[in-house]
Amino acid sequence: MFMTITEKILSKSSGRKGVEPGENIWLNVDILMTHDVCGPPTIEIWKREFGKDAKIWDKDKLVIFPDHYIYTKNPQANRNVELLRQFTGEYGVDNYYDVGTERYKGVCHIALAEEGYNIPGTVLFGTDSHTCTSGAFGMFSTGVGNTDAAFILGTGKIWEKVPESIKFTFDGEMPLYLTAKDLILKVLGEITTNGATYCALEFDGDAVFSLSIDERMTLTNMAIEAGAMNGIIAADAVTEAYVKERSRNPYEIFKSDSESKYKGQYRFDVSKMEPNVAKPHSPDNLDSVRNVQGTKVTKCYIGSCTGGKLSDFVSAAKIIFGNKVKVPTYIVPASTSIARQMEVEAISGVSLKQIFENAGCVVAQSSCAACLGGPMDTIGRATDGETIISTTNRNFPGRMGSKKSSVYLASPLTVAASALTGSITDPRDFL
Amino acid sequence: MKKILNGKAFVLGDNIDTDQIIPAEHLVYSLSDPEESNKYGHYALSGIPLSQSGLPGGGLAFISGEDFTSKYNIIIGGSNFGCGSSREHAPFALQVAGVKAIIAESYARIFYRNSVDGGFLLPYETPFKLNDQIKTGDEVELNVNINILKNLTTGKTYNLRSLGDILPIIEAGDIFKYARQAGMIA
Repeated sequence: MFMTITEKILSKSSGRKGVEPGENIWLNVDILMTHDVCGPPTIEIWKREFGKDAKIWDKDKLVIFPDHYIYTKNPQANRNVELLRQFTGEYGVDNYYDVGTERYKGVCHIALAEEGYNIPGTVLFGTDSHTCTSGAFGMFSTGVGNTDAAFILGTGKIWEKVPESIKFTFDGEMPLYLTAKDLILKVLGEITTNGATYCALEFDGDAVFSLSIDERMTLTNMAIEAGAMNGIIAADAVTEAYVKERSRNPYEIFKSDSESKYKGQYRFDVSKMEPNVAKPHSPDNLDSVRNVQGTKVTKCYIGSCTGGKLSDFVSAAKIIFGNKVKVPTYIVPASTSIARQMEVEAISGVSLKQIFENAGCVVAQSSCAACLGGPMDTIGRATDGETIISTTNRNFPGRMGSKKSSVYLASPLTVAASALTGSITDPRDFL
Repeated sequence: MKKILNGKAFVLGDNIDTDQIIPAEHLVYSLSDPEESNKYGHYALSGIPLSQSGLPGGGLAFISGEDFTSKYNIIIGGSNFGCGSSREHAPFALQVAGVKAIIAESYARIFYRNSVDGGFLLPYETPFKLNDQIKTGDEVELNVNINILKNLTTGKTYNLRSLGDILPIIEAGDIFKYARQAGMIA
């Protein structure tokens, strides 16, 4: 029986010899992740269903990162973090990363990687659609609703339908002006926002395996934007080295059989690709930066689980170094660890943080921030009439705040170049 | 649970998103208060453009007047049914309106999961396009035992994909009731 990497991991998790796309199977969950927005209602359902003696199936496998609405005065948002604090205190949940402490991390999907919860061959569920990010580690990861999360919390099990797989192979050498964001925007433009409904998106090819872990996470992160259940990249030596530094847990490396069946296969030569954008108001509204260059912007935003990783800031800093930004530009490190590394990582002896501050950027504290709009006092939130270019993942109407704003999605290189001119700019103009 | 469901079909197009199923402005009502939760039924499918409501002709209201239940109780959809947000209010609204089953080419994953795990309705899939073969108002019979949909108006029958391991969840009521029956949880 020939299987894809996703099918192999689901076989293992369900205790079967093999699984086929379309089958509904029960999985044993290795990690359940939740955050401040969906954690409290999940806990409420869990208590309702399991009663006052409710037990967490395995509290070492529950991980909670408050990350969405952190630096806000909004009382309901702060109440949610307080509910998580009470719950994790009462039940002795050690894997809680509380706001206002040394342990606070920031955006959950990046923190999962940094804290060693992403283990090749395992199964991770989270109450967030971008949970698919962890698939960059050769594991199965996907988002669920509160009811499903409450069920996992009490049982450690959940059913899932085995997805068909769609394979994207990227060959060739990555040009300096191209990033993983350009590749995934191309994928979305090709297959559209329902092109992978209920499917697995598998990324393969020399160009993919030449990418850092940070960049691989950009690819898997946006699998949900095509409707996919999960995105996945087989683990290799790069993955192993990253994981071994952060976890002592055993891992298992799975690879797709070359004879396995795919719903579709696409192949791209990255050396021939151009910097891309997704125009307002959908992540599949693909165009080249060249075609929209000159479009005036009112704000630039570099942050989120998609575009707020260390590699994203290294890319942006290469262009911004020694220059001044022409429009308000927000730098939001996804995690506190990235924020610290930005003070160490340097170009010609100047730290990334200093490069951004010297250029006139606002360097904000780590959280999901304005990627999803958030409460009214969220830093970088879109206001009426704005045109923003951003490294984030969604540009639906109102996603970053005001419904009367427009958002272009692009790579950190393109956003940095645009910050220097005040209009959408091809990064090749600065490289 | 009844294994043979009879009723009138309501036919819709592709990419029916959760805003069309229950517009966001209506998400404020309580889901547990019986009187207030009826509003979800009243506004079910109210976001569908009238020209697309009740195919092939369109122009048909799913809910009449002040009702909160519909005379149609089986929905025939196309591809990517339930795409968009993760709101569990969407399958809930259809359930309140009296919908017993949806038969569509494909579903957005979270809508599908919410339908099953909350025990709201049966999300059947077809391996072929069905929403151009059935007309709104046709009398249909869904036989869950043999996974066959029969159009009593035209006499045609259609083989549906089996629900597999999820049928027992819907039969039990929801994922928690199922797990108790199966001895998975106390």
